[in-house]
Amino acid sequence: MTTTEQILCRAEALRAQFADLGGQVVNADVLQPAETLLDLYGEDIRARAYVTSDPLRGEIMLRPDFTVPVVQMHMETFAEPARYTYSGAVYRKQEHDASRANEYIQVGYEVFDGQDIAGADAEVFAAISKAVEGLPLRSATGDIGLLTAAISGLKTSDARKAALLRHLWRPRRFKSLLDRFCGRTPTPKFRTKLLAADDPFEGAWADISLRSRSEVNARIEALRDDAKTPAIGAEERDLLDAILGLQETLPNVMSALRDIAVDLPAIAGAVETLARRTEALASHGVDVNALRFEGSYGRTNMEYYDGFVFGFYSTVRADLPPIATGGRYDALTAQLGAGRAVPAVGAVIRPDLLLAVEEGL
Amino acid sequence: MTLKLGVPSKGRLMEKTFDWFGKRGVTLRKSGSDREYAGAVDGIDGVELVLLSASEIPRELAAGRIHLGVTGSDLVRERLANWDSQVVELAPMGFGGADLIIAVPDCWVDVDTLEDLDAAAAAFRSAHGFRLRIATKYHRSVREFLKAEGVADYQLVDSQGATEGTVKNETAEAIADITSTGETLRANGLRILSDGLIHASQATLFRGRRRDWTDGQRVTLKELQSVLGI
Repeated sequence: MTTTEQILCRAEALRAQFADLGGQVVNADVLQPAETLLDLYGEDIRARAYVTSDPLRGEIMLRPDFTVPVVQMHMETFAEPARYTYSGAVYRKQEHDASRANEYIQVGYEVFDGQDIAGADAEVFAAISKAVEGLPLRSATGDIGLLTAAISGLKTSDARKAALLRHLWRPRRFKSLLDRFCGRTPTPKFRTKLLAADDPFEGAWADISLRSRSEVNARIEALRDDAKTPAIGAEERDLLDAILGLQETLPNVMSALRDIAVDLPAIAGAVETLARRTEALASHGVDVNALRFEGSYGRTNMEYYDGFVFGFYSTVRADLPPIATGGRYDALTAQLGAGRAVPAVGAVIRPDLLLAVEEGL
Repeated sequence: MTLKLGVPSKGRLMEKTFDWFGKRGVTLRKSGSDREYAGAVDGIDGVELVLLSASEIPRELAAGRIHLGVTGSDLVRERLANWDSQVVELAPMGFGGADLIIAVPDCWVDVDTLEDLDAAAAAFRSAHGFRLRIATKYHRSVREFLKAEGVADYQLVDSQGATEGTVKNETAEAIADITSTGETLRANGLRILSDGLIHASQATLFRGRRRDWTDGQRVTLKELQSVLGI
C-alpha cells in the first residue's frame, strides 16, 4: 500500500523533472470562484466538483484542476513562450464509483508558445512520456482540430456546422443531429406544422418569458432556412465517419487521412498540422511508428481541448483511470481572456496511480 | 433485532400506505394519540413501524437506520447517488403517482422537444450572456437526464416551491418539476416537452442494501414478503 508520503515525494520529483525542462513552479488557491468554472463547463461541473458557499464571496469551488487558474495567472503577463509546472491536490466528486479517489495529487506541465505549435505539442507529450518511461502503459492520441476541420468542410449551412461543432463532445446528440442533417431521420411533424402555420402563435399563451417573441421568431426563421438546406450527402457522411472511426498507428492514420483529404480538402491543413506534430514527436525521441491514433479520442470528457489530445493508460490495471492526460486548449484561453487567445498545451500526471502501477510489477 | 419499516408520517401518503398493507393482511396504525409519531404493526411479528418524513426515508434506508421504507421513487433517485446500489425496489404500490417533467412557456411555439430546447438554449446564451435557467428542486435527476440527452448551455436554479411561477417572474426560463394532472402548469402558461418525461414516480416499498442484517431480520423479511404476496 502506498503512503501519502510516497505520493508527495513522487509528486515533488515529477515537478522537479518538469522544472528542469524550464517550467516555472506555480501554485493555485484551493478555493476558486465557482462562477468562472460554471460558465466554462456548465452544469456538468456541479456533478464533478465540490461547490460550497462563502458568506461574502458567494459560490466557491474546491479546485477541480489547475488549468483554469494557471491560464488566468498567465494572462496577467502574456509573456511568451512560458512554461509552468505545479503539484497539488484536486478535488472531484465521485457520484458513480466510490472506489475512485475524490482527492488526489496532480502534477502538471503547461506550455504557452505560439511560435511553434507542433513543437509545443510534442514537447508536452514527450515530457509525460519520459516521466512514465519503462512502465507498462499504453498511450492513445487524437486530434480534435482534425474533427472540427472536417465538420467545417462539410457542404452544408453554417448553422448546421455550428450545431455539429457545438455537440462534438456529446456523441449521442451529435449523431442524432447528423442523422437529421443527412436526411436519415424525418423532420418532426411538430416542426412541419409550425412552419406551415399562417400564425404560429395562434392559440398559444401570452408571452411570459425572458426569451422574447423576437427570439422565438428568430428560431422559426432559422428552422425555415434549415428546412430549405439540402441534406448532407452520403459520401461526405462516410468520410466523416471514416475519420471518427480511425484506430491505427500514426503512420497508417497519416496515409488514410491523405486519401480522405483528396475528397474532403478542408482537412488538408489539419492533416499537415498532424504531420508536423508527428515529425516533432519523432525528433523528441517518441516512437511514432508505434503511436496509436484514434479519430474519436477525447470526444467524451475533454470538452475544453480543441487540438492534440492524449492519454496514458495502464496495460495491467485496466480498472485504473488514465495515469496521465493532456492536450491543446487554445479555445479555453480565448474564453478566459475575453477573446484574446494564447496557444496553450498541457498535461497532468497522477503520482498515486504511477505508484499503484509500479506496485503491481 | 426487529425489522424497521419507515412510512411517511402524515397525509394521504400515510393513509394510502396503511390501506395498501391492510389489504394484504398487515395492519399498520399510529399508536397513542393522533399527534404522536409512534406506530404499531399487527399481523406479523418482528416488524417495527417508524413514522418519518417521506423525504428523509431514502437517506435513512441508505444509512441502514431503517430496513424497509415507503417513499416516492422520484425521491430515491434524487436523494441517493447510484440509488440502485443502495436500495432495492420491492414493490411499486400503485398510488402517489406523479411525473417529473420538463416544461417550457407555451409561448415558445418553436420548442416541442429536448432538441428544440437545446437549440433555444444555445441562442439564448449568446443573446443574453448567460445560460438558460431551469428552475427545479430535483437537481441530480434533471442534470443526469439532460446530460444523457446531450442538452447544453443550460443551468439549474434552485426552487423549493411555487416553481411554476419562476418563468413569469423571470427568474427562470423553464422548469423541471413533479406534476400529476398538469393543471398548475397550464394555469401558469407552461407546456410539457413531448419527450420531457424524466421519471414516472409512484409510492414504492424499498429495502436497504445493507449487508449487516441479522438472520432473524432476513427471515422476517421473507415472511413479510410472503404475507404481502410480493
